[in-house]
Amino acid sequence: MRRYLFFGVHADPPPWLRRLAAALPFVLLLALYLGASQLRLAENPDDKILPSLAQMADAVQRLAFRPDPRSEEYVMLKDTTSSLARLALGVGLSAATGLLLGLNMGLFPGMGAVLLAIVTFVSIVPPLAILPILFISLGVDELAKVALIFLGIFPLITRDIYNTVAALPREQITKALSLGANELQLAYRIVLPQVMPRLIETVRLSLGAAWLFLIAAEAIASTDGLGYRIFLVRRYLAMDVIIPYVLWITLLGYLIDWLLRLALRRLYPWYQA
Amino acid sequence: MHKLIGLIALLAAAALPGAALAQKSFDVCWSHYTGWEPWAYADEKGLLKKWAAKNGISVKLTLVNDYVESINLYTAGKYQACAMTNMDALTIPAVGGIDSTALIVGSFSNGNDGIVIKKGAAVKDLKGRKIKLVQFSVSHYLLSRALALNGMRERDVTLVNTSDADIASLFLAERDGAAVTWNPMLLKARSGKDVTLIFDSSKTPGEIIDLMVVKSNAPDTLKKTLAGAWYETMAVMSGQDKASRDALAFMAQKAGGTLAEFEAQIKTTRMFYKAGEAAAFVRGPELRKTMEYVRSFSFEHGLYGQGAKSKDAVGIAFPDGGTLGNAKNVKLRFDAVLMQAAADAKL
Repeated sequence: MRRYLFFGVHADPPPWLRRLAAALPFVLLLALYLGASQLRLAENPDDKILPSLAQMADAVQRLAFRPDPRSEEYVMLKDTTSSLARLALGVGLSAATGLLLGLNMGLFPGMGAVLLAIVTFVSIVPPLAILPILFISLGVDELAKVALIFLGIFPLITRDIYNTVAALPREQITKALSLGANELQLAYRIVLPQVMPRLIETVRLSLGAAWLFLIAAEAIASTDGLGYRIFLVRRYLAMDVIIPYVLWITLLGYLIDWLLRLALRRLYPWYQA
Repeated sequence: MHKLIGLIALLAAAALPGAALAQKSFDVCWSHYTGWEPWAYADEKGLLKKWAAKNGISVKLTLVNDYVESINLYTAGKYQACAMTNMDALTIPAVGGIDSTALIVGSFSNGNDGIVIKKGAAVKDLKGRKIKLVQFSVSHYLLSRALALNGMRERDVTLVNTSDADIASLFLAERDGAAVTWNPMLLKARSGKDVTLIFDSSKTPGEIIDLMVVKSNAPDTLKKTLAGAWYETMAVMSGQDKASRDALAFMAQKAGGTLAEFEAQIKTTRMFYKAGEAAAFVRGPELRKTMEYVRSFSFEHGLYGQGAKSKDAVGIAFPDGGTLGNAKNVKLRFDAVLMQAAADAKL
């Protein structure tokens, strides 16, 4: 039988071709960008919309490796630490809350009866629509930004953990109880270890939304942060700053995702995602 | 979210190099501001169409809901003319290499921009406060002028970059808030309890100027069309008759407010109803001084971008032929020719 390299259902691309194929869209995108950038810069050397790689490298050099003359801080570092702190706090609180609520709702029908409807309701409210209320009631400092991330993703995590717990075989629970486990042991020794890997998976999936909420919050009112900088320099169309910042956010997002995946594999090798 | 969508649209527009100008149809944009609401009137009441027909062209006027976005789109090449302030005309298109002309000087802010504070009575009370404002906007410029006039520096305060859509309600929600903003948000902010207006643009009159900016290489037909339609609108607006009241009511409705609110804003806007006044203002010595303040502020705040070594990198030309900055790289031109032609009824 003929082995297909690339086309068709039975194709089996060798590793070198896989890597090449994966790189191709990136190369095309880059070439498209560089071509368009060169065209515009040839027409108007002061054009700011599609800066050249050298201009972007210059901007990164200035923001990341030289202290700001006025505040004497490294701007990009400061923005990154502020944003990551908000993100970590928001996602961390959401994960902890989601785990606790979801687990208890799934395991104890009484808790489920109280909380399921309200969590479902909250998860459908679009957090961005109530953003002004958050800012007005919680102030323009860190609290409102963390609260936005929290409100944006904790209901989803809760519901996912709830579904996972509800899908556990009932026999397992009965067996644990008949072997003498009390209800606390059941929740935190039998069920919890089984939903932990699922929690990591859900957090991975929620991170995209968390970034979105973080940047939206920083765009409304802020003194630092990655989203703050992007919306600030947009004021004078400094795409030479915006594009590297977007790439940096993408890289950070990818790194966090990778770390979580690594943790999942190390801590829960039995779990098949 | 519309800002993100705007960015995407901008990139799409950016992929196409600037459209050739040897054409008959033109795109012009504006955004909501007291001093620019007459454009909505000129468009919807057919004045713009009439003047375009007279000049043998067609002009499409588009309202862009986000002010900065409208300037970015103009700079990217999507529009041939756009309404903006003198400061933004310098820092966005001119610094971005788009040779632009201040075709119509429509008005200047004479109290339309201001600084409000709770639990305070003077600019000095801003010390140590967190001040909400749209950074790098004319609000920032106004604050910088107010601080300088009171012997203070920006280091004495903390700036919180705040979206103009939310600034008034955020300011009102805080107990010891401070904010710099413009109308109609300023009116709303002032309506709160214990709020004091400690500085406004009437203390530095003529510095925040509202313009219709056009690409310098745009054909005269477009420039004449815009000037003609504008000054005919001005004549209607200042007529003190029923037509004038109707025009104001129309603009108030377009601005999304009541007639009373709009009239209050018009009071703090120095409108140049007569083209001759505007031409004289542009020829006057004050404009040069203002642009010196504006370009110093812009350069010191990094608005010239990283490539610029000094505030002289970009040249600003005045009607008398004089320039500020690099005379070989003039990118912003103040020109009284068409305003004078309008004054002489020679359009």
